Amino acid sequence: GPMLFYSLFKTLVGKEVVVELKNDLAVRGQLHSVDQYLNVKLNNIHVVDEERYPHMLSVKNCFIRGSVVRYIILPATEIDTEVLQEATRREARGQNEQTGSIAT
Amino acid sequence: LFSPVMSDSLESMMDCVVSVVTNDGRNIVGVLKGFDQTVNVIMDDSHMRVYSKATGVEKISLGLYIVRGDNIAVIGEVDEELDARIDFAEVKADPLKAIVQHVF
Repeated sequence: GPMLFYSLFKTLVGKEVVVELKNDLAVRGQLHSVDQYLNVKLNNIHVVDEERYPHMLSVKNCFIRGSVVRYIILPATEIDTEVLQEATRREARGQNEQTGSIAT
Repeated sequence: LFSPVMSDSLESMMDCVVSVVTNDGRNIVGVLKGFDQTVNVIMDDSHMRVYSKATGVEKISLGLYIVRGDNIAVIGEVDEELDARIDFAEVKADPLKAIVQHVF
């Protein structure tokens, strides 16, 4: 549902992630916070390919609007994919019940 | 306008110099004076930084500026000390690309 990824990102606060935007800019930083819109705030940022993108040279922390994110690259060791799959299945079941589809 | 429900990420930037990247690839630097849940922002004493591969960064004075939230990609907290040390006449880069969003 709408809160699944919000909950997932909350477990990743403090971890290092790379956020790639829809304008190809990519920012690496420590995940400081996330909200229901999946807006994220990163601390201690380093822009990937700083030579091409010197536009944030003096920026240490930044807020990124969720609507402009293309990817959030996560550390593989921090995600339990089985737990994630199970949570996804639960959400899907919950949604099916709400829309009244017949379980097979 | 000044009491957002979301995380305090922008709250911590109030009255600080911020660097805003807009969806059309522009960069506006100013003092954050206000914001709301849709990330509309008000910036004072602002200027636009125009990047070019050929010449250095050009600064255009804007004064008090309101930027609509749906046109904002990134809000960066500027480290003023760092920013003051940069020789913008020597910073040469293409302007940021526009955010590409598909409407379904």
